[in-house]
Amino acid sequence: MTSTSPPTESKLDKRTDSSLGGLFKPIGGLFAALYRGIINVVDFVMHPLQDRLGVRGMAYVFVLPNLLIFGIFIVFPMLLNFYYAFTGGTRLFPQDRPFVGTENLETLFTCGNFFDPNTCRTDIFWRAVMNTGGYVVAQVIFLILLSLLSALSLNRKVVGRGFFRSAFFYPVLLSPVVVALIWKWILQQDGLLNGLIVALGGERVGFLLNAQWAQVWAVVISVWAQMGFYTLILLAGLQAIPAELYEAASIDGANLWQSFRRITLPLLMPTMFVVIVLSLIRAVQVFDQVFAFTGGGPGTATTYMVQFIYETGFSNQTNQYGLAAAASLVMAFFLLLLTAIQLRLGRRSDVT
Amino acid sequence: MKKVGVFLVLALLIIGVLGVQAQTEPVELRIAWYDDGNEGAVLRDLLDRFEADNADIRVVIDTVPYTSILEQLPLQVEAGEAPDMARVSAGERYRGFYLDLRPYLTDPAYWEESFPAAALQWLRGADEDGTEIHGFPNQFTVTGPYINRTLFEQAGVDVPSDNSDEVTWEQWTEAAAEVAEATETYAVAIDRSGHRFAGPAFTQGATYFDEEGNITIDTPGFRTMAQMLIDWHTNELTPAEVWLGSGGTYAPGAPFFVSGELAFYMSGSWQIGNFATNIGDAFDWEAVPNPTGPGGSTGMPGGTAFVAFAQTEHPEEVARVMEYLASVDVYREFVERTLFIPGHQNLGEIDYQTDLPAAEQSLQVFASEALKLSDQAYELQYGSNAFAVNNPVRDRLTQAIIGELSLDDAILRIQEDIDAALAAAAAS
Repeated sequence: MTSTSPPTESKLDKRTDSSLGGLFKPIGGLFAALYRGIINVVDFVMHPLQDRLGVRGMAYVFVLPNLLIFGIFIVFPMLLNFYYAFTGGTRLFPQDRPFVGTENLETLFTCGNFFDPNTCRTDIFWRAVMNTGGYVVAQVIFLILLSLLSALSLNRKVVGRGFFRSAFFYPVLLSPVVVALIWKWILQQDGLLNGLIVALGGERVGFLLNAQWAQVWAVVISVWAQMGFYTLILLAGLQAIPAELYEAASIDGANLWQSFRRITLPLLMPTMFVVIVLSLIRAVQVFDQVFAFTGGGPGTATTYMVQFIYETGFSNQTNQYGLAAAASLVMAFFLLLLTAIQLRLGRRSDVT
Repeated sequence: MKKVGVFLVLALLIIGVLGVQAQTEPVELRIAWYDDGNEGAVLRDLLDRFEADNADIRVVIDTVPYTSILEQLPLQVEAGEAPDMARVSAGERYRGFYLDLRPYLTDPAYWEESFPAAALQWLRGADEDGTEIHGFPNQFTVTGPYINRTLFEQAGVDVPSDNSDEVTWEQWTEAAAEVAEATETYAVAIDRSGHRFAGPAFTQGATYFDEEGNITIDTPGFRTMAQMLIDWHTNELTPAEVWLGSGGTYAPGAPFFVSGELAFYMSGSWQIGNFATNIGDAFDWEAVPNPTGPGGSTGMPGGTAFVAFAQTEHPEEVARVMEYLASVDVYREFVERTLFIPGHQNLGEIDYQTDLPAAEQSLQVFASEALKLSDQAYELQYGSNAFAVNNPVRDRLTQAIIGELSLDDAILRIQEDIDAALAAAAAS
């Protein structure tokens, strides 16, 4: 064990004499003066406020900036969206838009058979709903399974564990558009994968030109891009499980599967619950990555709900903001429903 | 006292310098622009000359992708964030937001004499008695096909238009398919655009508009052309990437033609500059007349307009820039260097700046095609209901190609989409 001895006098002398030390002193003084100035200004405003509102009232003052930001950028647009859902026409500003009641919602829900989009008035919306449903189920299942598997692997003492943890997490750092472009270069007709297939004597595959392939790859790339994030959360959950439990189970003769089923899985459930909620919500909101990847095609094979809302509102030749806002209300309802179900299930699992 | 005097002198000096600076700071005008070829560079060059003679104005060109002009500019304009000027292809979308240049122009009569009345009216809207001047057409376009003659020669297949003035779509498809088979290329492609599809559909006998301007899509001619487009995909005669690989947006087939992988390409006159630059004489390419059919032989008119927006804070300066760009010499130089077909009626002889025979020949072909355009084609480009047609045609036909809809259902949906868009516009 080494200990740091106090600096000798000569060292101290050197330090105080150095030109750098001399420089720090006035800078430090400047900062101190600046700090005092700021505090005085804050005090000048806050003190009378506290006298007027009392200590309890000051809590509202402190949350006010955050509330304002939340109100302006979240609550106000939400209310505006709600209003737009009941207006028609193609004009942008609310005062120019005629009130049409529930007409937009009726348009969305005019369907002969909800499972056959061709019978619906806004068939693209219902195609988007079904595409989103399929995507959410496939993506969340694969994402959770693969994240769990990788977290379990990375929780073991394997060679190069740090490297693998970084490698799994790396795609999370990439922008969704970058992820989409990388995979597009790999999967397009003249892409890397087709080049490889042709070099091995095979025929080119229309990975992005065939509806089923495009849907599969939309799931694959999103799992690839997001898995690291959920792996990290699950890894933290795994590390919170006391090692003694596994030791005791091992002494009792439990095998690996039994330990996983009886110890790991139950104790990981609260973490798993968070992962499921987060991944479900994110999956329902899928847009940017797939939009850059396939543009929603071929046809409408990878058109999801957010893309429908965006295109109806902003990129068609006539911008139908009302219909887009109504569709976003429907989507918000789905999200609320999903979250409520999960919260209920979560509470039940907590109780058990 | 002396100190106060020095301070006052210094303060006055600073205020004076700032004042002079404020006076000499040029007015900045912004143009929203997109490029098909070299036109942005040519415009910059012309504006540099303008700025040299007009030190009080600085013009910034904001070059954006064409899809931004289609999708974001309308929103920007309606939200009150319009640029001072823009190059637009859908002139009718911004009616009500344009600046009336007339009060600021030194010679409004020049504009009325130089530009077709229909083009000026296109920007004004339904009021036929309107006299406002909102901009000028800076390019006239005609849709039509190109061929890769080298591929035809390599395949030993005669170019159908060499032997006949009236070649049908079926004959072109058959010949191009033979070329594709022999040279392992694609036979035929058409840009993913309802506008590009319309010319061939009219040629096959489709009519979109009745005499009152009401729109009915389901006609035998439309079905014939739509089925042909589907068959091209089914038989792998066309690169699927164009219609299936681009999601819901416009997509050109030009990259396949430029790379020499395509025998017959349906696009338009605006590609000449692109091909002159990017193909040059690497292989023999040329424009050929639009095919013939039961509906005659027609492409689609089109083009872009250079317009000014009413939200500008500097209408006088905007008018000076517009007058400069619309003047005969500057306009002529612009089209000569960009290989554009002009929308100006009195330019005199145009000496296109290209030694490439293919470019010269193509310009002649499109000049002839401009005289053959049908009434339906003009109605689709300039009619008041036309805005609702092209995107549904493009998107629903894509669904029919991929198999999400039958052709019957696709046609039904196109009609419903058009009716819904017209109803939404009417509600505003």
